[in-house]
Amino acid sequence: MTEKTSKKEESQKEEQGNSEKERIIVAPGEVVAEGKDFLPGDGTKREGNEIIALRFGLLEKNDKLVKVIPLSGAYIPRVGNTVIGEVIDVTFNGWIVDIGSPQLAFLPITECFKYVNKRDLTETLDFHDIIVTKIKSVKSRGVDLTMKGRGLKDLQGGMLIRVNPTRVPRVIGRAGSMVNIIKEVTGCSIIVGQNGVIWLKGPSVDHELLAKEAIDMVVEKPFTEGLTEKVRVFLEKRKKELKQNVEKKEEKKDKGEEK
Amino acid sequence: MTEKTYKRADGRDPDETRKIEARVGVIKNADGSAFFSFGGSQAIAAVYGPRQLHPQHLQNPEKCLLRCNYDMLSFSVTERKRPGPSRRSAEISYVTTKALEPVLQLEGLPNTVVDVYIMILQADASTRCAGINAAAMALANAGIPMNGLVSAVSIGKIGDTIVADLTKEEEDFTVTKGGEEIKAVTDIPMAFTSRGNKITLLQLDGKIKPEELKEAIALGKKVCKKIAEIQAEAIKKVDKDKD
Repeated sequence: MTEKTSKKEESQKEEQGNSEKERIIVAPGEVVAEGKDFLPGDGTKREGNEIIALRFGLLEKNDKLVKVIPLSGAYIPRVGNTVIGEVIDVTFNGWIVDIGSPQLAFLPITECFKYVNKRDLTETLDFHDIIVTKIKSVKSRGVDLTMKGRGLKDLQGGMLIRVNPTRVPRVIGRAGSMVNIIKEVTGCSIIVGQNGVIWLKGPSVDHELLAKEAIDMVVEKPFTEGLTEKVRVFLEKRKKELKQNVEKKEEKKDKGEEK
Repeated sequence: MTEKTYKRADGRDPDETRKIEARVGVIKNADGSAFFSFGGSQAIAAVYGPRQLHPQHLQNPEKCLLRCNYDMLSFSVTERKRPGPSRRSAEISYVTTKALEPVLQLEGLPNTVVDVYIMILQADASTRCAGINAAAMALANAGIPMNGLVSAVSIGKIGDTIVADLTKEEEDFTVTKGGEEIKAVTDIPMAFTSRGNKITLLQLDGKIKPEELKEAIALGKKVCKKIAEIQAEAIKKVDKDKD
């Protein structure tokens, strides 16, 4: 019964989604708007009387603004983004961090989140440490990072997964709806970096794997409408299975002990 | 046999290409990839980047560099090809880079590179054209900003007939003149941008009159327009299938 109703809701939502905004996939060079009534936004360019798409992605028209939301591509750092990176080098005045962008990023001592012993920087952050950091500036010689701010810290334990950075808005969902559902049902704490690196830490590896599965599902189906609900249904179903499995295991253990 | 009425062995019209197959997303670990084939000429292309450019002396602080790498796999031809770079592949890599560069919008990513690796799986003439087509699709698939696609085709003159998309058999066509066998084929690989129809590649192997060359270019334009449509369709197809 519940399944039927949920299916109905989904189909209704899909219909609504389609009528609300028709999303068109465009290839580079395609004419997406004609005339002077439209303004070219991200991923588009004006050429004479026409606006053309500059990259492969989803076309979105809001009033007068035309833009293309990319579906693939490398992470391009922007000032103010919170990202998750790995320390790959320690220098005399800071750390070099790999944030998955074309250029490497630098975190100076002065921007560190706690007191640093200048004689040995590895005491604070060592090679291969994972940190949540914020982009302070992007210049031609590289990216500068800061760790002064709320929630910026080094990460201990947990699991890292990498997704395409263009899928990050989907993983987060509208006002965090998607990531909150995953957090709620799996009981994991999740940090999503704008660079597509996601950190998970849950009560057990099974819970983390379940959250990973849910995120993979979101990433692989970027066009589905009403995905948040689908993810909730999927997660709750899997969680039940997980519980049953755990119970079975415990039963087996008990039996084994009895024998 | 009169030269004017050259009949193609596979029964194609003079302006007809071989069967074209185009797909994107064929290499999972690449940032973007594509497959393109003209009948028996098959090419795959993989794009990596934009990423940090090494060696450092090649870095350009103003823009991102495009680096293409064309190679034929050893089993792609009848006689085993010695693997590794050769004089021929170096030249084709260079002209491919020059053919693709005009459509790319690579400003604003200093000291980085976009690497394109083109591999020929099976060769039956005009592999560089198949390679360029695959590379253009792979670049779009990788989300590299570009103001259009690049489509390439080889136009040939066999005897006096101008035909599109030569096969190896046609490339080796000879006529006997005074008891001597002479090569009577001109091969002209060419590439056009999908917006504005600008020529980005034009090579010529053989002899041709200026008027005939103009005719060949006009035919190339016509054929490339069709190829560009096929490419654009294939680029858009990838994610719909996943849904």
